[in-house]
Formats: sequence, structure tokens, C-alpha cells
Amino acid sequence: MSKKQDDDLDYETTGHEWDGIKEYNKPLPRWWLWTFYATIVWAVLYTIAYPAWPGIREATPGLLGYSTRGEVAEEIARFEQANEAISVQLASVELTEIAQDPDLNQYAQNAGAAVFRTWCAQCHGSGAAGVQAAGYPNLLDDDWLWGGDIEAIHATIAHGIRNEEDPDARWSQMPAFGEMLEAEEISQVVNYVMSLSEEPNDASKVAAGETVYLDNCAACHMDDGTGDRWQGAPNLTDAIWLYGGDYETLTETVTYSRFGVMPSWTNRLSESQIRAVAAYVHGLGGGEAPPE
Amino acid sequence: MSQAENTTPPKLYAPREPIFPKRVKGNFRSFKWIIMIVTLGIYYVTPWIRWDRGPQLPDQAVLIDLANRRFFFFWIEIWPHEFYFVAGLLIMAGLGLFLFTSALGRVWCGYACPQTVWTDLFILVERWIEGDRNARLRLHRQEKMDLRKARLRVTKWVTWFFIGLATGGAWVFYFADAPTLMRDLVTGQAHPVAYTTMLILTATTFFFGGFAREQICNYACPWPRIQAAMMDEDTLTVAYREWRGEPRGKHRKAEGSEQLGDCIDCMACVNVCPAGIDIRDGQQMECITCGLCIDACDEIMEKVGKPRGLIDYLALSDEPRERAGEAARSPWFHIFRIRTMLYTALWALVGIGLVFALFIRPEIDMTVAPVRNPTFVTLSDGSIRNTYDVRLLNKHGEDRPFRVSVTGHPALRVQLEGTPYETVNVPANQTYLQRVYVVAAPGSDPAQDERSEIRFWVEDLTNGDRAYSDTIFNGRSN
Repeated sequence: MSKKQDDDLDYETTGHEWDGIKEYNKPLPRWWLWTFYATIVWAVLYTIAYPAWPGIREATPGLLGYSTRGEVAEEIARFEQANEAISVQLASVELTEIAQDPDLNQYAQNAGAAVFRTWCAQCHGSGAAGVQAAGYPNLLDDDWLWGGDIEAIHATIAHGIRNEEDPDARWSQMPAFGEMLEAEEISQVVNYVMSLSEEPNDASKVAAGETVYLDNCAACHMDDGTGDRWQGAPNLTDAIWLYGGDYETLTETVTYSRFGVMPSWTNRLSESQIRAVAAYVHGLGGGEAPPE
Repeated sequence: MSQAENTTPPKLYAPREPIFPKRVKGNFRSFKWIIMIVTLGIYYVTPWIRWDRGPQLPDQAVLIDLANRRFFFFWIEIWPHEFYFVAGLLIMAGLGLFLFTSALGRVWCGYACPQTVWTDLFILVERWIEGDRNARLRLHRQEKMDLRKARLRVTKWVTWFFIGLATGGAWVFYFADAPTLMRDLVTGQAHPVAYTTMLILTATTFFFGGFAREQICNYACPWPRIQAAMMDEDTLTVAYREWRGEPRGKHRKAEGSEQLGDCIDCMACVNVCPAGIDIRDGQQMECITCGLCIDACDEIMEKVGKPRGLIDYLALSDEPRERAGEAARSPWFHIFRIRTMLYTALWALVGIGLVFALFIRPEIDMTVAPVRNPTFVTLSDGSIRNTYDVRLLNKHGEDRPFRVSVTGHPALRVQLEGTPYETVNVPANQTYLQRVYVVAAPGSDPAQDERSEIRFWVEDLTNGDRAYSDTIFNGRSN
């Protein structure tokens, strides 16, 4: 019952024959050919309407003036316009009120995350975990050098730390004790500091180290070692170390001191952006309630 | 090389040969009318069926809500993460197609394919307006475009256009509330996407049904090619009993007519064929097995007093028997074989699995994504904190309070971002993203082990429904 393909039936062939094998001619529908020509015409028109032909410096712009870059710019402008009202609101409310308003908070968190990835992630990391080896603080934990409530975070971001550009920048400097103390005294005080947070230490040096500490360090880090946020002096009793809590790193810190800086963002970001990123950092898990 | 005999090169392109299928009556034709009424009825009416789901959900029985990412089908509501139901249905559709093709050939093409159904409808309209085959042929051959021809053509095209419009229109109703969209469409307030979709589908229906017709099957559709692999010698398909019909001949009273077979070469089978082929040439790719040639031939056979079934549903494996004068085997013999039973079993297996999965679907659910950047955070008291993005699903039509907790080790404690409580209010019919912190006490096992297995629990405080999700807690590895 299969379709007859006997040689005696007069089927048209393409005229090609190799080793007795002939090819049937099954003409394509004519509209198929016209469709093919139409696609060619379409392609040419397309290259006239849209950017296409490469030149030395740039491609032909196309009659429609379309570009993907322009489309992105339009889209960004559209979103900026849509967010304008809430952005103005963010810049004008009390900082502590941001978290109270769900819509405002959601906008601040999302906008803040975008700002953070653009401007902050280079040092603090895309996950905000910082880089201990370089002294970039971890923003996820509950330990804050200059204060962890939203007002304090906002002030730090707005003005930065130890930079010359901004007179309102947070400022303090630890002396390089290598010039003031003997190497043995430094070893003693480092062992004392390690004992404060119950790190493994040389117990024989701790008592002597306490004397060195009280004479040289307690003015900023306080008698009990809990630090002072007014001058950004780190808490030495907790489990968190800015540069590292091992003997070598601490010796280096005491001997040469540290001078971590952060830029001032007032002139680079809008108030709304600074507040958004402050709310974002405050919401990373370690944010503190405003002081009573 | 023997090209010399062909002096003129063959034409590689040819215009389409127009086809004017003749009206036919019979069992298959009636069956096709029924299928057409049922399938088109389902297609056009379904979006208008209402189904009450309560105040916050749409009341359309079948709705693909793209904006909210929901698929509603009567009492079933599919969320994006349950898309495997759709995948399962597609697998069932595929296996069903395999089953029917291996048992009965191209029944899908012949009876149920939208291209066939709409083409059938368009030919019906064409016949109503321009008359049956001979009248249409005359109209086609009449070169002068007089008033009558213009009137008939325009009437036909306008009718086709409105069928196309209804088809495109029905399609968009599946994606939005039908009565609202209908009002918006008429008043010109609907979304441009709705108009564009309608326009495209109107145009494709108009051209595919009115002009392209069998060319879609021959040139555009991959299924006719694939089906050759699905069919075998036991597949029942439309065929001509050549051993009974041949040699064919018209002149029954002429000399030597007793030598002739049953086929009187009346061309009835060719005239009714919507694919424009001659079934007597044997199996061919263009044949969609619509069965209309069977109806046409049976009618003629009755008139000339011969048995029906010169053209019939046959299996190739019966050919030698029939040639030898034996009766064909029962259709059931051909249908029940290992291959079709295997397809049926697979099809049923997937179906049972889907039904089972549908009934054990929970009303609440959660997914837990650990935040791995960083894997853990040391807090000032030395405790270790991990962060998780927890998505809470509330499929109820009202807001529900969900309590989140963690099991795995007594030293683990849960904190929800933004709230001092362990309970969060999840809005109705939504997925809610909640950042959750899990803290391991200083020196505890989870704080010191690199990996600890933990289990998140979510409890709907309204009715006590619970769901869980397993994940890992990362401690300080050194």
C-alpha cells in the first residue's frame, strides 16, 4: 500500500543522476520563495531603521534613533520619576521613623542595597562582611566602632572617617607605641589584651601587661577594655577584631598603630541615597535601637 | 550522467494547486462535525465560565493570571513553583499523542488539530457562500471579476475575518477577566498587548484557515514527519484496498469489464479530499487521515451495489491475508499490542502521579535559601549567626500568622529581621520574603562544627498546619 515509486511512473526529476540515483523534483510553493525575498527586503530595511552598519568610529545610528543604551536611560528615568515622591519623603522624615513605615522601609532597603553594591561593596564586600586583613569592618555583626543606631550610621556614611575633605568626619588616631614602649612591654600588653577576651595567652605576662595597659591604653579603650564609641576606640573584650586578634596582628597594631579611612559621601550621593544605605546597613542584622 | 535528455531545467518552485473539497455525507463526516462543535465550543465558551473563589480571588473558572503568576483551573490553583503540573500535563499530552498515533495513525491531524478544525470551518463557510465544489471551481476559473464574484469573495473574506477575530478574541480572554476585558476591548481601553495579540491571532487564523490550509501540514508542521516513526504495520490507518479495487475502470458494459476491480474510478475520493491527494496512490505524507474519502467511497459503493470499505481503516499487516482472500483481523487485535499498552501504562502513571501530587499539596509552604555571603557572622559575645532568606507561602484567601522556628540543636535561637517576635503575618495568597537569623550560642556544637543539619519549621497559628524545610548551619570551622 505504500505510495508507488516505480520507475515506469513518470515522476519529474531534477535531472541529476549519480550512480543510478535520481532526485525527485518536489517544487516548493512559490509563496515560499516570495517569503524568502521578503525577509531579505526586511533585513535591509531593518539595517536602515536601526543601528547596524559598522563604521570606523561608530555604527550607523539608524533612522529611528533607537539604541539599547537609550532604552536603559529611559527606563531608569521612568523609575526615578516613579520613585521621586517616596525619595523626597525618605530625605525628609526623622531617621528613626524609616523603619516604622513599611513602604518607606522597603524602598529604603532596596534602594540602599543598590547604593551599597555600587559604592560600598569595593571595601566592605558585596555581602557586607568586610575584609579583616585590610581592616574593612564587617557590617553584619553587632559590634560598632562609632555607634550602631541609625543616626550614628548615617553620620558615619555622610562624613566618613579620618578623611581631610570633610571637617565633620569622624576623627581619632591611635599612637604608634613602637616609638614609646619597649618590645617586651608591647608583648606584655598584647597578652593582657588577649586575656580580656579569653584568647589563648601567656599568663606570665598578663599582670605586667595590665600596668602597661592602664598607663597607655585605658584613656581611650577604657579601664575595662570596653572601648569608647565617641572616639571610635574598639571594644577589646568582645570576640570581634577589626584587623585580627592573634598575637602577631595585635603586636603589629600596637607597634605601628592603624589608620583606617572612609570617604565622605555627602558630596557624592544624595541625602536620600545616604539615608537609604544607612537604613540598609542598619537592617543587616546588627542595627541598634536609638539611644534613650 | 544522463542530463542530456532534459533540455529545459526543471522548475524548483510551483504555485499551489487550489483544492475544492466536495461536500460529503457519512459517519466520519458526522463524527468530524461533532468534534468541531465540541472543540470550538470549549475554546470559545470556557473563558466565560464563572467560578466563585471568595472575595480576594478572580471568579473566572479558567484564567492564566500572568501579572500575579497564577493559573486558575476551576478548583485548582497553580503557583509558579508548581509548574511541574503543567510539565506533567504536557508529558501526558505527548504520550497520549504517541498512543493514538501508534494505534490509529494520524487521528490527531484528521479530527482534533486546530488547523484541521478551523480549516474545516472555513471550508464550510466557503461552501455556504460560494456553493459546492463545481460552483467554486467555476468561480475560480472565471477570470473576469464581475459583481457576483466580487460579492461572493468579499462576503467570504469578511465572514472568515470575523471568525478569526472571535478566535483571537477568545484567546486573550484566557488571560484576563473576560467580561471586563470585553468591555475594555469594545470601548478601546484594553491594554495594547491585548489588541496586538488579537490582531496577530486574527491574521494567522484568517490566512491559515482561509489560504494556507493543507500547506501548514505539508510545509510548516513537524508532526507529520515525526508520526512516521510512531506508526508501524499494525497501526490502523486510512488506506485503499488496491487488491480489491484494481484494475480500476469506468466502462462496466464495455468489453472485458469482468476483469475490472471494484474501483469505478469516479474520483469521489479525490474530490472530497481536503489535502488534494489520491488515496489510491497509497500512504503519503500529505494524508491527514480525516476519513472523508471513506465516506465518499462508501456512498458510491452502495450506489453501484458493491460492499463498502474499498477505502477503509486498515493495518498494513493485514494486506497479505486480504490478498490471499482471508478476512482481516479484528481492529482490537491491532490496537492491543505491547507498544500501545506501554504508552497507556506510562500515560496512566504520569496521570496518577499528578493527581496524587495535586491532593497532597499543602496550603502553606516555605523555601529556605541560606545566605552564603558570608557563610557565618561572629557576634560580639562569640556566638555564631547564619542568615536565611525564607519565603513563606500562604495559599489561603486571608492573612495568616506564621510562626517560624528551628530544630536541630538546643543551642540554636531564631530571630526574625525587623521584629522582636517569632511570628510574622503573611498576606493572603502571597509569597512573603522574611530574612531569618539563626544564632548558635558561643562554644556550642553548631557554633564550632563546620556544618550542622537543621530544620526550619513554619506553623500556621490559625489551624496548626505545619511545613518544614531542611538546610545547613555553618559554624566556625577552625
